[in-house]
Amino acid sequence: MSASEERSWTAAVRERAVATLPPDKLLPDKQPSYVASWIYVFGVLSLSSLAVIILSGTILALKGPGWWHFTGIGHFFNSIHLWSVELFFFVMVIHLWGKYFMAAWRGGRKAVWITGAVTFLVAIPCALTGYVSQQNFDAQWISTQAKDAMNAAGIGSFFNLLNFGQMYSYHILLLPAAVVAIVIGHILLVRKHGVVPPFTVPTSTSQAGRDGAGPGAAESAS
Amino acid sequence: MSSRERLAEDESYREWKGGYRSYDIVKEACLAFGVVLALAVVLTILFSSPDEKPSTVQSWARTDPVDFVTTATTELDGTSGTGGYGPPYNHASEGQHILFIRPQKWLGVSHPVDTAQDFVLAPLRAITGQPTLQAAVTAYESASAAQQAKWTTAYENALAKANATANNTAISVPAGSYGPLPTMMGGLLGFAQSGGLDGALLTSKQFYQTDYTKPLLFMADGGVLSNRAQAEHLLGAQWGMMNETGSYPGQVWLWLYTFWYQIKPFSTSANADILVMAIMGVLSLALILIPFIPGVRDIPRWIPIYKLIWRQHYRSLGT
Repeated sequence: MSASEERSWTAAVRERAVATLPPDKLLPDKQPSYVASWIYVFGVLSLSSLAVIILSGTILALKGPGWWHFTGIGHFFNSIHLWSVELFFFVMVIHLWGKYFMAAWRGGRKAVWITGAVTFLVAIPCALTGYVSQQNFDAQWISTQAKDAMNAAGIGSFFNLLNFGQMYSYHILLLPAAVVAIVIGHILLVRKHGVVPPFTVPTSTSQAGRDGAGPGAAESAS
Repeated sequence: MSSRERLAEDESYREWKGGYRSYDIVKEACLAFGVVLALAVVLTILFSSPDEKPSTVQSWARTDPVDFVTTATTELDGTSGTGGYGPPYNHASEGQHILFIRPQKWLGVSHPVDTAQDFVLAPLRAITGQPTLQAAVTAYESASAAQQAKWTTAYENALAKANATANNTAISVPAGSYGPLPTMMGGLLGFAQSGGLDGALLTSKQFYQTDYTKPLLFMADGGVLSNRAQAEHLLGAQWGMMNETGSYPGQVWLWLYTFWYQIKPFSTSANADILVMAIMGVLSLALILIPFIPGVRDIPRWIPIYKLIWRQHYRSLGT
């Protein structure tokens, strides 16, 4: 078999990727007409907060864990890091509630919901490891208090909140990598499936939702 | 609604067949990033971030020598919190459980801590040039377990009436039969006040140190951390670790986790931690699996907040 006749793995992956997410679906310049509410902003605000967290965290990581305790500029970036984390959780919780009340798992979008919920749950230990890596009194108190729950569940056996080195590794690499990976999966799923359509409700001119005509049909009819 | 009807309806939401409008995602992302960054900078300028200096064994021994010596004595006889903790630190107890489920016991001792050796005897052995102190340690180690217990019990009772000297460099206890303990504890207190014990507790098999398990456990057994925490409203009964020093919001996303500790039976249970972790584990799983849970997945349909979210859409349909 000649090289040209061989089935290329690379070509197969590319074709599969392009078929699943063609460029106009991956980066669309139009959205369904119902995407017109402030609630949609909280998804992109969550992503933006994550970007600020990673940016400020990268600057802190470049200078090492002790830097922010002794310099004004270090403390400034630590504060940016802290407040972007607070903003991240604030907007992400609103995003989650918004998606819950939209029942955003409808129409084959269960994986979108699941990846979003898992992001929230993985972000919690990501933040906790940051709090216990601060090398100050907060870190001492939070780690000695939280260890009991970890130990009681058996997690403390391999995830020691009192071990600064281990927690720092989890905080600046392992857990952020997990969060970013899940978020990328979440975004790709959103792009693949699109934004969930509104519930179909009876209109004055159509019973579109009841006869299974699907969302959008009512709008077309009206 | 039958499961077949539900499936058909769910399938109808797979693809949108209506109209579209222009939407600049990249512009929206850039604006959102700018807004979040600006907000973070404003919050930073207004509120900064907390950074209370950590406690050290040295500062503890200098400011509250009686509490330090009392804690060290309980470490010596194994009656401290860590001494009786169980896994992952020692085998003194089996740890917490729910019915037959004992993960703490099953996973075993992964961070071994012998409170008498690690917190008291080994650090005392590291002190050189004090033959009287070394003789006292030898006398203690050579004594029978019953004799050791007599000394530590008597000394702990006396410590309840102890006072620190004027400059906090020593403590005085009522006269009694404490064996070598006053010499040992006097030596340990001096070692701690010099800063030597902070280093001794960190010593492991290598030069670089990153594991603070032992000094943190030792300090947590005493009052040095909890007294500061109480002043900062950080105790468990004060919604504990979800707070931060000062008036900062802390980890507010842990409110539900911390909530359970405030109510019975958790607030009084010896197995509170594993019970709370189990509840939060179930609730976390439920959050992930909402699309599959009857009732919970239907609430958005019953409480029509969606009509508010998509009001423009429904208005355009004349509903």
